[in-house]
Amino acid sequence: MSSSEVDSGDNVHPGKPVIVDRYTVGARLNHWVTAISLVLLALSGLALYSPSLYFLTALFGGGALTRVIHPWIGVVLFFSFLGLFFRFFRLNLWKKNDSVWLGRLREVLAGDESKLPEVGKYNAGQKVVFWSMSILILILIVTGLISWDEYFARYFSIEQRRMAVLVHSGAAIVAICVWIVHVYAGIWVRGTISAMTRGQVTGGWAWRHHRKWLKDLVTTKR
Amino acid sequence: MFTPVPNPTTNPVPPKFGEQDLIRRSASTVTPPAKRLTEVAKLIDVSKCIGCKACQVACLQWNNLTEEVGVNVGVYDNPHDLTENTWTLMRFTEYENTETGNLEWLIRKDGCMHCADPGCLKACPAPGAIVQYSNGIVDFVHDKCIGCGYCIKGCPFNIPRLSKADSKAYKCTLCVDRLAVGQGPACQKACPTQAIVFGTKDEMKQWADHRIKDLKSRGFANAGLYDPPGVGGTHVMYVLQHADRPEIYAGLPNNPTISPIVEAWKGVTKYVGLAAIGAFAVIGFLHHTIAGPNRVTEEDEKNAERLTEGRS
Repeated sequence: MSSSEVDSGDNVHPGKPVIVDRYTVGARLNHWVTAISLVLLALSGLALYSPSLYFLTALFGGGALTRVIHPWIGVVLFFSFLGLFFRFFRLNLWKKNDSVWLGRLREVLAGDESKLPEVGKYNAGQKVVFWSMSILILILIVTGLISWDEYFARYFSIEQRRMAVLVHSGAAIVAICVWIVHVYAGIWVRGTISAMTRGQVTGGWAWRHHRKWLKDLVTTKR
Repeated sequence: MFTPVPNPTTNPVPPKFGEQDLIRRSASTVTPPAKRLTEVAKLIDVSKCIGCKACQVACLQWNNLTEEVGVNVGVYDNPHDLTENTWTLMRFTEYENTETGNLEWLIRKDGCMHCADPGCLKACPAPGAIVQYSNGIVDFVHDKCIGCGYCIKGCPFNIPRLSKADSKAYKCTLCVDRLAVGQGPACQKACPTQAIVFGTKDEMKQWADHRIKDLKSRGFANAGLYDPPGVGGTHVMYVLQHADRPEIYAGLPNNPTISPIVEAWKGVTKYVGLAAIGAFAVIGFLHHTIAGPNRVTEEDEKNAERLTEGRS
C-alpha cells in the first residue's frame, strides 16, 4: 500500500463516463478554509504592503481592523494548512519520475502528455506547489509572529522584527506567485475544478493527467 | 544666557502652520509647498542638565498624560523606558572617565529626534498617519494610525511606543500645538538651567558652537554637536561633552541611519514584489492564449472506460 498512489477515500465508479473520487468531504472543506484564508491574507497583506493597494483595507473595515484581523487569519491558515499537509504529504514525496516529468516542462506546457511519464495522484508541478507552500507558510507564520507587535514585541529585538517583516513580505510575494501558478493550472487543465468543488473527476481526466493513479486505483479497488 | 521664547499673548492667535506646510506624508506623495517655514530645533545641552525631570513632568502635564506608578530597581531612570505616556525620559549614566579619573554623571533627555529623513514615516503603511512639516516637526496623526508598529521598526532611535489602551503609536510631538501658536516646547519652558533651549535650527547651531567652545575651554576636548547626518540631521540636537562617543550616553546611536533592512523592505522589495505578481498573472494569460486549454478528449474517456470494464 505504501508505494501505491491511492489515498484513502479515492475510488472509481465505472460507467459512461467513468467517475473517480479524488478528494473526501474532509479534504475539500480543509482546502476551502485554507483557500479562503489565503485569499483574505493576500488582500489584507497587500493592503499594508504597498500604499497603492491601501484601499483594500476598506474590505476589512479600515486600516486598524485590517491590522487586527490579518494575523488571526494567518493563525487559521497555518492550522488549516497543517491539516492539508498531513493529508497530502505522503503522495507528494518526490519520486524519480517526477524529475523526468519536470525535465520535460516544454511538453507539459504544450499539453503533450503522451511524451511524459505516467503520473500518480500528483504530478511534479503539484508537488512543487505543495512543498513550496509548506515551506513558505512555515516561514510566514514564524516571521508573522515575530512582527505581531501587539502580543510578541517584547520577546524580540527591533532588528529581529525588521528582518522578520522583510522576510515576511518577500515570502508572501513568492507564495502569491505560487498561488497564481496553482490556480492557473486548475483553470488551464479543464475538468480539474470539480475535484475541488465536488471531489470528483472524470475517468478521462484521470487517464489523461494521472494515469498511474487511475491504474493503481482500478487494481486495488476490487 | 540664551534669550528664551517669550511668553505668549493670552489672546487667541491663528495657527502659524498647518496641513499646507507638509513636506512628507506617510504612504502618500505630497506636492511640496513653495514657501518653506524656517526650520526649528530643540537643543539639549547634556552638560547643563541637572536631572531634575521637570521636562518629563512638563511633558506629561502639557500633553495630559499620566504615567503608571513604577517600581524602584535602584536606578534614577523613572519610568524605566519610554512608554506611550512618557514621550521624553531622562536616562542616567554613571561614566568613569579613565583619562581624568572623574566619575561623570551623564544625563540625556531621550525622545523623538524629529529626523529630517524620518524612518518612522518611511515605514508607515497608513496614508497620512505620520506627517512632516517644513519646519522639521515629525508628527503622528492618531485618527489615521492603524497600530501596526511599523514606525517602531523604521525608527533608528527606538522612540515610538504602541499604546496598550488604544493600540496606536505615540511619541514626542515637539509640542506641535504650542509651536503653531508661537510658543516653545513645554519641556524647554520648564527647564530651570537652560539645558533645553529652543529656536530656529541655525540659532541652535550657533548657540551650540558657543557652548562647545565653553566646554572645550573646560577640558572637554571632544565636546561637540550631535546632529547626525545619516538621517539628514535632526530637529532635536544634543551638545555632548564626548561627542566622539555618543554611545556612552545610554546608547545614543553613533551615526544612525535608517536600517538598510527597512530601506530594502520599503524600497526595492515593494516594486519587485508587485512586478513579480503582475508577471506571473501575465504569463498565465499569455500561456492560455497561446497554448489553449488542456481538454480531456473523447479518447481519454474511452480509455478510462476500457480500463474499468468488468470491474464493478
